[in-house]
Amino acid sequence: MANILAFAEQREGQLGSAAREAVSVAARLAEAAGGAAHAIVLGGPGISSVAAGLGAYGATTISVGEHDALADYNPESWVAPIVDQIRSGDYAAVIFAATTLGKDLAPRVAAHLDVPLASDVTEVELSGGTVSVTRPVFSGKAFANLEIEASPALVSIRPNVFQATEQDAVGEVSTFTPDIDVSALRVRVIDRKSAAEGSVDVSEASVVVSGGRGMKDPENWGLLEELREALGSDAALGASRAVVDAGWRPHGEQVGQTGKTVAPKLYIAVGISGAVQHLAGMRTAQTIVAINRDTDAPIFGVADYGIVGDLFDVVPRLTAEIGALKAGD
Amino acid sequence: MNIIVCIKRVPDTEARIRVDGSGAGIDKTGIKYDLSPYDAFAVEAALRLKEAAGEGEVTLLTLGESSSQETLRKGLAMGADRAVLLTGEVTLDGLATAKTLAAELEGVEADLFLLGIKAADDDQQQVGPMVAALTGRPCVSGVSSFEVNGSTATCHREVEGGSEVVEVDMPAVLCMTKGPNEPRLAALKGIMAAKKKPLEEKPATEHASRVRLASLSEPPARAPGRIVGEGADAVPELVRLLREEANAI
Repeated sequence: MANILAFAEQREGQLGSAAREAVSVAARLAEAAGGAAHAIVLGGPGISSVAAGLGAYGATTISVGEHDALADYNPESWVAPIVDQIRSGDYAAVIFAATTLGKDLAPRVAAHLDVPLASDVTEVELSGGTVSVTRPVFSGKAFANLEIEASPALVSIRPNVFQATEQDAVGEVSTFTPDIDVSALRVRVIDRKSAAEGSVDVSEASVVVSGGRGMKDPENWGLLEELREALGSDAALGASRAVVDAGWRPHGEQVGQTGKTVAPKLYIAVGISGAVQHLAGMRTAQTIVAINRDTDAPIFGVADYGIVGDLFDVVPRLTAEIGALKAGD
Repeated sequence: MNIIVCIKRVPDTEARIRVDGSGAGIDKTGIKYDLSPYDAFAVEAALRLKEAAGEGEVTLLTLGESSSQETLRKGLAMGADRAVLLTGEVTLDGLATAKTLAAELEGVEADLFLLGIKAADDDQQQVGPMVAALTGRPCVSGVSSFEVNGSTATCHREVEGGSEVVEVDMPAVLCMTKGPNEPRLAALKGIMAAKKKPLEEKPATEHASRVRLASLSEPPARAPGRIVGEGADAVPELVRLLREEANAI
């Protein structure tokens, strides 16, 4: 019997899909191992009220560390409570989300516990006491199947790849207050800027509308913005490296190598030829649409659906058709 | 200003990756190797900092085979002062790599330790924070640019849905990502000078990998897509397919 721990990440006091996916994976592995799934949440005062919701994703116990200094992520104060929880629990595996936060936090926890970490996995199984994972390497040009020969096995899961599964269950919440000396923190967040209200990050969006050189001019991005709006609040804008390097779009939107890897439900590539570095960052999308003038563009090689044509004709029509469809829903 | 930059030799990012006959390695035929692009951002940041300070030394450190000499020479040609090659096997256990690097960096006095946020081959994104934890130094990851002010560095980092400005006490470990500064190309003069710069090669302290590579596979080919049509007239059919066939909207 082995228990599994999920680190459930909160952002601005809310638990998002990263937390739900991590807990759901932990619950699935725990079931396979005949154990229980536990969750740990760190946050500011009051976070325990939202943390209780994780019970519905299969966490039987939810440990909540509440402290003013935990309201926002700081690696210096977040590692110790998690390490303590793992040490106290005899876990076979610990699941993190491979978000910006998780990718910063999990390696530190691994080093403190002296156990290896498999990052950004797209599959994870627990069988006969061994955790095995599949993870993309060479920016998704190959997949490595790995066995982790240590316990607990630390794993971070790629966002949007695993299903968050709701169950008819309730978890038991226990709250603790970690001892944090704020004056001793060697890393201090002095400013935090949020992107536009209500916007979703390209790495977490369920729909991505990406633009490339074919857009011709940064002034033309209004077309993509309108399409994004028509697709709903889960849609985000992405960009090819070429347009980021040209200064047309911020780096935060770049998809592909040296940018972000995305796995949305729908990826619409507009005026993107499909350099190998770009394909590496989006080829695990469920459905890919390409709109490009060049029939020979490599993007058509990975696209499920393509339209050959002038994007300046195609995109406004697409926006109108999707808008009409959503209005009828 | 003394800066140590940990780098890695990886297949060129344009390389086509094929799994070899063993099923647990890549076919190296015809693959060109290069400095990992994130490490190039780190080298560039180190050189700019040294140039702004007007003094100091930039040291490159890597773990790898002897062939990594070529990659270190590239960094020296960009302007780094000296290089250290720890010869040994690089595995998919990032903690083993971090321990090897940490053993070399333990007790070393430098103002900053820079790494690329991840290597462009194994994509683990973990060695930097692990080295920091093992050597007891503070760390900021995902840094696109930073400024040094006395004994602290002010780092700019991108996070989901926004950006942060983070201050860190030095000496610190910074894991660099793409930022405003394009890595420089080595000039001929730099390439000539690099040949005379010190490059020390010594055996790495070995740490057994606890991550076993069972197999390597190529990504499942996507089912062949189709061209729905040409121009705006094809849009209604595309929308129908997205809704009825792909269930995507």
